[in-house]
Amino acid sequence: MLKTLLSSRLAVLLLLAVVIALVPVLAPSSFYLRVAALVWVFALAALGLTILMGYAGQVSLGHAGFLGIGAYAVAIGPARLGLDPLLSLVLGAVLCGLVAYVVGKPILRLKGYYLAIATLGFGLIVALVLTSEGAITGGPDGMQVPRMTVLGWRVSGIQTWYWITGGALLIGALLALNIQASPSGRAFRALHDSEIAAAGVGVDVASKKLAAFVISGVYAGVAGSLLALMNGFITPEAAGFMHSIELVAMVIIGGLGSVVGTVVGAAFLVVLPQALTMLHEYEQAVLGLLIMAFMILLPAGIVPSLRRLVLERVR
Amino acid sequence: MPQTAGSRGLRAAAVATFAALATVPVPTGPSHAADPIRIGSVVSATGPASFLGDPEQKTLKLYVDQLNKKGGVLGRPIELVLYDDGGDANKARTFATRLIEDDKVVAMVGGTTTGTTMAMIPVFEDAKVPFISLAGAIEIVEPVRAYVFKTPHTDKTACQKIFEDMKARGLTKIGMISGTDGFGKSMRAQCLKVVGDYGITVAIDESYGPTDADMTPQLNKIKNTAGVQAVLNPGFGQGPAIVTRNYAQLGIGLPLYQSHGVASKSFVDLAGPAAEGVRLPAPALLIADKLADTDPQKAVVTEYKKSYETATGQPVSTFGGYGFDGIQILVKAIEQAKSTDSQKIRDAIEATKGYVGATGLYTMSPTDHLGLGTESFRMLEIRGGDWVPQEKK
Amino acid sequence: MAGLVPAIHVLFGDEVEHVDARHKAGHDDVRVCGAGCKVMAEFLQLVFSGLTVGAVYALVALGFTLVYNASDVINFAQGDFVMIGGMGTVFLMAAGVALPFAVLIAVVAAVLVGLLLHRLAIEPARGASPVALIMITIGASIFIKGVAQIVFDKQFHSLPAFSGTDPIAIGGATILPQSFWVIGGMLALVFGLWLFLERTLIGKAVLATAANRLAARLVGINVTVVLALAFGLSAAIGAVGGVLVTPITLTRYDVGTLFALKGFAAAMVGGMGNPIGAVVGGLLIGLMEAFGAGYLSSTYKDAVAFVAILVVLLVMPQGLFGRRSVERV
Repeated sequence: MLKTLLSSRLAVLLLLAVVIALVPVLAPSSFYLRVAALVWVFALAALGLTILMGYAGQVSLGHAGFLGIGAYAVAIGPARLGLDPLLSLVLGAVLCGLVAYVVGKPILRLKGYYLAIATLGFGLIVALVLTSEGAITGGPDGMQVPRMTVLGWRVSGIQTWYWITGGALLIGALLALNIQASPSGRAFRALHDSEIAAAGVGVDVASKKLAAFVISGVYAGVAGSLLALMNGFITPEAAGFMHSIELVAMVIIGGLGSVVGTVVGAAFLVVLPQALTMLHEYEQAVLGLLIMAFMILLPAGIVPSLRRLVLERVR
Repeated sequence: MPQTAGSRGLRAAAVATFAALATVPVPTGPSHAADPIRIGSVVSATGPASFLGDPEQKTLKLYVDQLNKKGGVLGRPIELVLYDDGGDANKARTFATRLIEDDKVVAMVGGTTTGTTMAMIPVFEDAKVPFISLAGAIEIVEPVRAYVFKTPHTDKTACQKIFEDMKARGLTKIGMISGTDGFGKSMRAQCLKVVGDYGITVAIDESYGPTDADMTPQLNKIKNTAGVQAVLNPGFGQGPAIVTRNYAQLGIGLPLYQSHGVASKSFVDLAGPAAEGVRLPAPALLIADKLADTDPQKAVVTEYKKSYETATGQPVSTFGGYGFDGIQILVKAIEQAKSTDSQKIRDAIEATKGYVGATGLYTMSPTDHLGLGTESFRMLEIRGGDWVPQEKK
Repeated sequence: MAGLVPAIHVLFGDEVEHVDARHKAGHDDVRVCGAGCKVMAEFLQLVFSGLTVGAVYALVALGFTLVYNASDVINFAQGDFVMIGGMGTVFLMAAGVALPFAVLIAVVAAVLVGLLLHRLAIEPARGASPVALIMITIGASIFIKGVAQIVFDKQFHSLPAFSGTDPIAIGGATILPQSFWVIGGMLALVFGLWLFLERTLIGKAVLATAANRLAARLVGINVTVVLALAFGLSAAIGAVGGVLVTPITLTRYDVGTLFALKGFAAAMVGGMGNPIGAVVGGLLIGLMEAFGAGYLSSTYKDAVAFVAILVVLLVMPQGLFGRRSVERV
C-alpha cells in the first residue's frame, strides 16, 4: 500500500502542492519566500535534466547554457527588440528547443563522457557569447530585465513570484511524471538501461534521445526566464560551468530519475549555502564535505535511498 | 547567526560604552546602549572576484573591530553582518534580501562587482536602505538613485588619467589588450569612449579570458601592428601580471600602461622584473610613505596601510581602500545623523563633504553620489620594484 | 635585480631617453626579420605558447586517464592536485624551505590527499554508480578548495623561474626557459609512467586492472591497492605539473577548476583511457587555443578550441586514440 502510494503520480503532485502551500505560512520573513522560490526555479531546471539523465540516461554538463538562453531571452526581447516579456518567455523556450535540436542532433551520437564533454563545450560557448557580445547582452556586468506586465498588471514582489515559480514547478512536475509514465518514458528508460537492447526492441534511439534533450533544454530555458524576471537583473554567470555542475548535482544528490528527489536536491543546494553562512570561511569546505558524505551514505540519492529504507522498515 | 565582527569587540565595547555613558547623554530615545547597530555587507570574498572582495571583507572586519574597541558609534557597538556571494549576482540578490528582511540592517557597504551591485540595487531602493557600493562602473550612480552611493573611482577617470599621461609623452597610437571579466570589459568600453578626446587612436584592440595563462599570441599581434607606440591593459587579477611578463618575454619594449585594477604591491611581486617601467593610475594609498607631509591624505592612508598590513600580513590594495572609505563614510554619516534611521543616514551620506579617505577626497551631493575627482588618481611608474609618482609637484 | 635598476637609470638617463632606447630595440627586430620570416616567427611564437600551456593540460589529462583506467571514475578533483603542488611549494618556500625540498613536500602532500580521497571517499562508496562517484569527486574538489583558501590564502602567487627569466630567441620568436622545464618535465613524466606501467610488476597489475577488473581480481591482483596507487600517482603527476607551471601561469586556491576542465577535454579528445591520447589531446588543445587567439579571435579562442574538439569527436566518437568498445547488452 505504502509502496504504491509513494510511487503514485498524484501523491507526488499532492506532496509538492502541500509543501508549496505551506512554506508561506511557516516563513518568518519574505527572505525565506525568496529562497523557496529559488528552490522551485532551480528544481524546474533540474527536472529537465531528470528527464534527460534519469529517464533517457544521457548526461549534460552544459545545461546552464539553456538557463542562460532563457534568461537573456526575457532580458533582450523586451529591452532591445521591444517584445512583450511574456512573448519573450515563450520565444525563449522555443529558442532553447531549437538550439537543443540543432546542437543535440550531431552530438547525441556521442556516448557517456564523450557526450559530457560535448555538452560542456556547448555551455561554455553560450556563456562566452553572453559575456563577449556586450552591445546586446551588457557583457560580464549583465543587464536589467524589464519588469513583466500582464494585462496591465505589473508582476513584481516576492509573494507574487513565489506563487508563479511554485505553479511553474507543479506544471513541470506534472509533465515530467506524465512523460515518465508514457510510452515515450518507457522508451527513454530502455535507453537508460541499454541503447542496443532498446534499438533491438524497435525504439528509434536517435529520435528519442533528441526528444529528451529538447524537452530538457526547454525546461531549463523556462526556468532561466523565470529566474531573470524574478531577479530583474541577469549576468552571464547564470550560464556558467559551475551552474551546469550544480544542476547535475541537484539531480544526482536528490536521486537520479526521481521527481521528488530532484526537488529535494535543488533544495539541498540552494538552502545549504544560506544555512552555512554562520561557518564563515569554512563554508566551502563544509559544503564539499556534506556533498561527499551524502553521496557516500546515500549513493542512490537522498529520496530513493530513504524510500528504500522506509519500505524495508515497513516490510 | 551570520558572521559578525562585532561580537569579538563586544565586551570591550560594552566597557567603553559604560564609561562613555557617565559623561555623554544617550543619543537616541528608546534604543539601549548595548543594542548593536547592524550594518550589512555582501562581498565576493570567494570566486573569480575574490581578488577584490577578500581585501574589502578584511578591511570591513578590521575597522568594525577598531570602531567597537573605541566604543562604537553613538555609544552603540556595530555589528557587521557579512555574506559572501562568490561573485554570483543571483546569490548576491538573495543575501541582499536576507540583510533587509531577516537581519534588518540599517545600511549596507558592499557589492564587489558591478554585476552583483546592479542585482542588489532594487532590493535596497525598494526598502529605502542606503547602499554604498564598492564596484567600479559609472552606471551605479548615473543616473543618481536615491539610496545608492559608491566609493571607487570610475573607470572613466582612470582612462582619462592614463590618456593625459600618454598625451604628455607624445604617444598617439596605442594598442589595447583587455580582460573579458567585468572590470576589464567595462574599463575598455569607457576608455574607447574617451580616447578620441586626447587625439589618441587605438590601432589594435585585443582581449583575453579571466583565467588565461598565456597572452603571447595576442601580444604578438600587437607587436606586429605597425606604428603602435604604447599598450594599455585594462584588467585585474593575475591577467595583467601575465600580460606584463609576456610583454617582456616578447621584447615589445613600448611603454606599458596598467589600470588601477592592479594597484597593489602584489602585482609588482607577481610580474617580477617585467614590471619595470610599467605605469598605472593609483590612489595615494600605494605611496603613503612618499606623500608630502602637507598632503591631506597622508595621515589617513598611512594609518590604513599600517593597520591593514599588520592585521592581515598582506599588502594593501585599491580595493581594500574602497571598503575603508565605504565604512568610514557610513559611520561618519551615522554620527552626523545622530540616528540609525535609514532615511536620516541616507541624507547624511549625501551631505558628505570634504571627507579625506584612502581613495581620495569625497564631496557628495544630490546629483553626485560618488563625489570623487580625477585628482584622486596619481600616475605611478614601477621602478626597482617600487612605486614612483610621476606628478610634478 | 636591485643593482640592475640603478644601472639602467645611469645608462638611459631620464625616462624619455629610456623610452626611445626601447623603441630603437623594437625597430632593430623589424629590420633583421623580413615579411616571410615574420609570418614564420609568429607561427613559432604561437607554437611555443600552445605547447607550454598544452603540456600542463596533458599532465592533468594523464591523471584523469590513470584513475579512469583503474576505476571508470572521472576524478574532478584532479585539477586541485595541480593547485596543491603549486600553492604548497609557494608557501613552503615562503616559510624558508629550499625549492627542491619544498617541491618534494608539496608533491608528497598532494599524494597524501590523493590517497585519502581514495581511502575515505571512493573506497567506502564502492559499488555506487559512476555518477555518484563523480559527484563525490566534485564534492572533494569543493572541499579541497575550501580548505586551501583557509590553509593558504586567496591571493595569486608565483614561484621564481627555475633557470631565470631571460627569454631565449628561436627563429624570431621567444620562449622562456621555464617552458622547457614544463615541456621537458611533461615528457619525463610520461616516459617514467610508461616505464612503470610496462616494466614493473605492479605497473602491469595496473594495466591488467584497467583491461578487465574482474579478470584482474581473479588472477590475484589486489584491485583496491591498484586503485589507491592510481589515485596517488595521478596526484603526484598533477602536483609536479603544478610546480613546473606556476612560475609561468601563477597559482591560486581555485585554479584547479580550469585545469580540470581543460584536462578532462584533453583526455576526451585523445580518447579516454589512452595515455598517449591524453598527451596528444592536451598539446592539441593548447595549440588550438594559441592559434585561435593568434589567427582568429582572442575573445572566442576557447570556443575555437571546443569547436575543434567537437569536430574531432564527431568524426571519431571515441577520440583520437580511443578504444573501439562494443556495448554489451
